[in-house]
Order: sequence, then structure tokens, then C-alpha cells
Amino acid sequence: MPDLGIEVIWKGKNLARLLGGLAAALRISLISVAVSIVLGIFVGILMTWKNPVSRAITRCYLEIVRIMPQLVLLFLVYFGTTRAFGWNLSGEAASVIVFSFWGTAEMGDLVRGAIISIPRHQYESAAALGLMPSDVYRYIVLPQSVRRLIPLSINLITRMIKTTSLVLMIGVVEVLKVAQQIIEANRMSSPNAAFGVYLFVFLLYFAACWPVSLLARYLEKKWG
Amino acid sequence: MSEPILTIEHLTKQFDGRTVLDDVSFSVQEGEVIVIVGQSGCGKSTLLRCINALEEIQGGEIRLRGQPISGNAGKLAEIRQKIGMVFQNYELFPHLNVLDNILLAPVKVQKRNKNEVREEALALLERVGLKDRAESFPRQLSGGQKQRVAIVRALCMHPDILLFDEVTAALDPEMVREVLDVILGLAEDGKTMLIVTHEMQFARAVADRILLIDGGGICEEGTPEEFFGAPKTERAKAFLKTFSFERKIRKEGMKVPAEE
Repeated sequence: MPDLGIEVIWKGKNLARLLGGLAAALRISLISVAVSIVLGIFVGILMTWKNPVSRAITRCYLEIVRIMPQLVLLFLVYFGTTRAFGWNLSGEAASVIVFSFWGTAEMGDLVRGAIISIPRHQYESAAALGLMPSDVYRYIVLPQSVRRLIPLSINLITRMIKTTSLVLMIGVVEVLKVAQQIIEANRMSSPNAAFGVYLFVFLLYFAACWPVSLLARYLEKKWG
Repeated sequence: MSEPILTIEHLTKQFDGRTVLDDVSFSVQEGEVIVIVGQSGCGKSTLLRCINALEEIQGGEIRLRGQPISGNAGKLAEIRQKIGMVFQNYELFPHLNVLDNILLAPVKVQKRNKNEVREEALALLERVGLKDRAESFPRQLSGGQKQRVAIVRALCMHPDILLFDEVTAALDPEMVREVLDVILGLAEDGKTMLIVTHEMQFARAVADRILLIDGGGICEEGTPEEFFGAPKTERAKAFLKTFSFERKIRKEGMKVPAEE
């Protein structure tokens, strides 16, 4: 069997450092996910309004997020604001800002899609029973929207977890950065460590995203 | 005659300037069953939707026990509680089970005691033969079952009047009967109902009065015996003709069955 360089992981504090890196990645993504869900619901409801001003603003916002690569946004917020406004944001703070900015837009679009996918007749039959418009939202439209939202938002959440691998570019020491450091440090003693360490990183990402997918499948089945 | 439950006076309804209902007037007495018939697109469903203010009207007035429905936005939710409506496509709430579908409005809107309404709902479900499906979700039911649940949901609000909008049009033929039997039972109970349907045999059996709508207005009105037995207008005759079939040419030697 060829040497895969896996033993490097068990050397010294390497395992703890890798897990610490994973924790940094999860911290960034989970805070951003929480912010995105809350703000996304508001943005999503805003997107269903017929008001042309709110429409234009949310439309521009969504398009900007779609067009801009996340890496460019990270550079803009981390390096750009320091030069232009003299802000001294930490790498993690800049990452949370960018990921929340991105997640809110995409979550908003998902919420919008879920709300408008509720058939008009559902509103009508609720109204015919004498429900006030606010109760129609509370008891009929939002519960059904949330059920439709689950599979789509889970997809977004796992994408946000995976995309944290970009934040090493603005100096955040997350799991991929730690992996690179370990590989560099052991270049002489275990030249094959790149394979083993990256394989382990792959397994860590898998361990982070798999439970989220399982949860989605469970909820989909429960609410089918 | 006593004060009618529902009064419609000079009702006019337009969609984008196209007049669908033009100066329609009639009234419904307590306990009366009125069947509205007419060709597809004649505006009979629109008429029902106007009564429940699901459509805005452009002229005239609709009153329920003297209370105007149109232009009464503040009291709309309250008035709608007194008007039960059953739709063509059932429109149960898919995220709630049968019992919760029925309980939602009586408990959340009318603020009635949940256990009391549950008792009533279960009794009504039993009556329509669905007591064992109380915990089922709409997706687990057949069309006919869903429609019977929708009827129970409307009944549980204790409405003054029930509106049925082509409630069997989306059903497979073998399920039509189970729904129509429920409605016949309600007629025997003396419920006030306005029924839009294409089932002529049923209309004849259930109606106290039949209205034919054509060209945006009521073009014939009468008891089932008058309407089906001796239609007065040409349009009514032409309409009824679309429901009878006649084979004009048969192969020689084949015996033509005698008319009954």
C-alpha cells in the first residue's frame, strides 16, 4: 500500500488544530445561516410586495449577490473597507458579514418562491372561513411556505458551510488553512501528507454537512 | 313572506371592462335550496364568489340578513363566517389533518371551545362516513372524501347559508354520488343553500328553485318541475338539449330500443 501520509494527522496537536479549524469554519457559517434565515424571511416577504420601489431594491440586491463571486465580496469587505473607511475588521467578522449578505439574498429569494407557490385558492378558502388576512398568513401561508422551504434552504446551508473554504484567502485560519500549514510543516518528513490531510479535511466537511442533509430528509418525510 | 336571508339587487360584475354579470337580482328565503345552472363561463361561479366577496362587484348590492356585504371591508371577515363555501377543488389545508382543518376557523376565528367543536366535528364526520379519517391528512384521502371533509368544515362554522361551487366537477364519476348524497341530506335538514352544478338529475332532486344564467343574467327561473318539464324560454330548451343524447342513424336490422 502506498504511503498516504495519514499518520501526520496524529502527530503532536495536529488533530486538535484541524478540529479547531473546522470549528472556525462552522462558527462563521452557522452565525451567517442564522442571520440569513431571519433577515431572509423579511427580505422574502418584501420581494412579494407589488410596490415598485421595494421590488427594484430587492431585485438589485439579489442580482449583485448573484453576479459577484463570494471571493470578490470577501476582498471588498476585508481589504477594501480598511483602505476606504479605515475599518479594522477581523477576518472572521468580514466573513460573517459577506456570508450573511450573500445568504440573506438567496434565502430571501427562496422565501419569495415558497410564498408565491401557495395557490391563490388557499388564501381564498381561508378567507371564506372568515380568517383575517394576518391569520391567513399565520395559519395557512407561512406554515406551508416553511415546509416548501426546507429542502431548498438546506441546500443553501450546506453550500455556505462548504464555501467557508474561501475565507483562508483573507487570513482566517479555518480547517483548510490548518491543513495547508500541517502539510507545509511536514514537507520533509512526510512528503505524501498532502493526500492524507486533504482526505481528512474532506471527511470533516462530510461530517459537518451530512447531518444537515439527514435532518432535511427527515423533515421532508415528516411533512411530505 | 318573511325577510329573505340573502338579497341580491342589480348586481353587476365586470372583468377588465367585460361584463360578466349584468343587473342580476334575486333573493333567497330561509331554508330554500336554489340550484344555479348554465353553460361553462356564463358567470354562475362568479356569482357565488361575489356573494362571498371573493370578487369585487362593480354595481348593485348584496345583503345577508339586511347587512351589506359589498363595500363593508371592516366587517367582511365577520360576515364571511356566516357564509359557508365549498370549492370545486376542495381546498383543504394540506399541512393540517382532517380534524385540524375543520377546527381551525371555529377555534381561532369564532373563539369557540375546542373540545366542544371537536365533538361536533366528529359527529359530523360520522354522519358523512369519515369518522375514522379524522387524523388523516388530505393527501391520504380520495377526492370524494376530501370534498365531504370540506363540507363538514363549512358546516362547523354554523353558517346561515352554504354556497357550493361545482363541488363534483373535479371528481371521478363513482365519487360524485357520495358527495351529492351529503348535500341532499343537508337539504332535508332545511339548510339554506345555493348550489352551482352540472349534475342535472341532482339539480332536479335537490332544488326548490332553479335559476338558469345566460348572457350575464337570469334568463329562466322556476321549480324543477317547471324548468325540466316545460321550459319557457328558447335558451332554456337549448341548454337542456345539451344534456340529452339521441342516435339518429342505426345499422339496418338492428332493433331500436323503444323509448321509455
